[in-house]
Amino acid sequence: MTMPTYLGMPSFPKAARAAVADTRLRSNLAHATGTIRDRRAKAVDELADWPELRESAKQIKDHALAHLGHYLRQLEEKVTAAGGTVHWARDAAEANALVTRLVRETGEREVVKVKSMATQEIGLNEALEEAGITALETDLAELIVQLGHDRPSHILVPAIHKNRAEIREIFRREMPSAPADLTDDPAALAEAARRHLRAKFLTAKVAVSGANFAVAETGTVLVVESEGNGRMCLTLPETLITVMGIEKLVPTARDLEVFLQVLPRSSTAERMNPYTSAWTGVHAGDGPQNFHLILLDNGRTRVRDDEIGRQALRCIRCSACLNVCPVYARAGGHAYGSPYPGPIGAILSPQLRGIGSEVDASLPFASSLCGACYEVCPVAIDIPEVLVHLRAKAAKKPLERAAMGAAGWTLRSPARLKAAQRAASAGRRFARHVRFPRAWSDTRDLPTPPAQSFRAWWRSTHDDSA
Amino acid sequence: MTTAREAILARLGSPGGDPAAEYAAIRRDYLEQHHPDADLVELLAERVADYRAVVHVVPEGELPRVLAKALREGEYVIPDGLPEEWVSQVGSDRRAAEDADLTTVSGVITDCAVAIAETGTLVLDHGPGQGRRALTLVPDHHLVVVPADRIAADVPGALARLDVTRPLTLVSGPSATSDIELSRVEGVHGPRTLEVFLT
Repeated sequence: MTMPTYLGMPSFPKAARAAVADTRLRSNLAHATGTIRDRRAKAVDELADWPELRESAKQIKDHALAHLGHYLRQLEEKVTAAGGTVHWARDAAEANALVTRLVRETGEREVVKVKSMATQEIGLNEALEEAGITALETDLAELIVQLGHDRPSHILVPAIHKNRAEIREIFRREMPSAPADLTDDPAALAEAARRHLRAKFLTAKVAVSGANFAVAETGTVLVVESEGNGRMCLTLPETLITVMGIEKLVPTARDLEVFLQVLPRSSTAERMNPYTSAWTGVHAGDGPQNFHLILLDNGRTRVRDDEIGRQALRCIRCSACLNVCPVYARAGGHAYGSPYPGPIGAILSPQLRGIGSEVDASLPFASSLCGACYEVCPVAIDIPEVLVHLRAKAAKKPLERAAMGAAGWTLRSPARLKAAQRAASAGRRFARHVRFPRAWSDTRDLPTPPAQSFRAWWRSTHDDSA
Repeated sequence: MTTAREAILARLGSPGGDPAAEYAAIRRDYLEQHHPDADLVELLAERVADYRAVVHVVPEGELPRVLAKALREGEYVIPDGLPEEWVSQVGSDRRAAEDADLTTVSGVITDCAVAIAETGTLVLDHGPGQGRRALTLVPDHHLVVVPADRIAADVPGALARLDVTRPLTLVSGPSATSDIELSRVEGVHGPRTLEVFLT
């Protein structure tokens, strides 16, 4: 098992059709993504060197991915030397079994959790539940999703599809400590969550977290958050179990100066998020005295083998691409059928899981290729490029696959493109009458190719150019 | 049977090349600091206030009085190593021991290791005058003194001053959430009031 495909998940177009018809969902999403989009742009514009930071972030991640084995060994050595224990997990089943065993060894039946994409990806909460262990989500949005028996629909704000009135209803129904006169004021809702979780934080013996970054050189692990629930989980319990995708690694502590600048501005549009915690193994007399770090593959080494697709592993889970995506804003996160929705999900899920299911085969097509996602990505993942690459792989019909392959072959070479454009111009009178293949041509208007391509026109008017 | 570790490392292979040399070649054309001409105290004060933290800019002689006046009812923890002259006007009856029940104390007064002017961030490395991590987390009122020499202009300069193998907490404003309709609300699980004294 890698990452669970939600049971009975239909293909993206089918799921999206239902979501688009939900006007409340669309208005909740339009409101939230619209707000954050403008604020992100402002936060990014404030830094004159944004393109340079982005380039460095990209290069650091690419370098770490190229030498991943080297850096993982280094990380393991440093964490171990600092008093932590490192475990490795090939897939979700192995990781879940490890966490279950480690929790059982403490004798506890309940764990508090810091919001983590990796544990969503492996379906940890469900696995723990089967083993009789209760996992309590402590991030406000995760708590809303958990109490509402719902699924996350956004990387950063899993409950983005719920508005304040809906959240109030969930709290009143599911949270015993919620006051009877609870209003839908966000401050009152946050206060209710604070009270609900306070006692849990103070008594929890075991916490489970993810990691935003890990520094190979020192063995330091970082969690970036806002509410303080992360600090509670990382500081107060006796045992901390961190599940980290192997691609979260950066080589040195200096690299953090890049990522701590690009991540908060890209995700919550803040100069810096309220809290970032860093720890190295076990610190005597301060925080958990048992630290387990689980290094999770779960398809990542396979993604890394794909020269075009591997750039998805640079992702730092900021969710900027979701907030600018016209498809996400209309379809919502659930239609993507995975914990990773939006543009990054459309390239990550099919690669991590392999294109086996209907939903994974449809995800590379869940995009208009407008390129807004690439534009805002702080680690410069060319999402449209990967989408097109995956479309060629996902195309089910041999003819479609051949056409995608041929298009790719033509577009890769300027000479071949020139020849193709010349041929199109020559055959322009016939182009409009093409009715084959039918499923494609009946729903698409084919523009008549111009008599002269831009390239040809340029050559004829700029004869002297080299 | 191969272990998960062996299997994963085998899949990753060894690409050859010299990681150290390749790492050194990574382009770093970004700025060391974004406001080279700024008054750092002023910039830090403005940026911390943006997060809706309470900010006091006080001359050193005034600090004990202003600090003592900022306390609410109840007891405050003053971690070992905090300069006594800062808290000279905090009476012994207002002080709680470091091992006190943190759910009953009103707050905590600490130093910080570094502050980042550009981002309005206070970095605790939980050394002298800062206490263990729980001290600045569980109580509701966190007062931080930032002497001018602690201030770094920007993120790179701040990180260069820190030992990352110490436990670190970067604090930028009071605890907050953007989880409801992506609007920021201050005050969730961490201290709901952050009060900063620049001196």
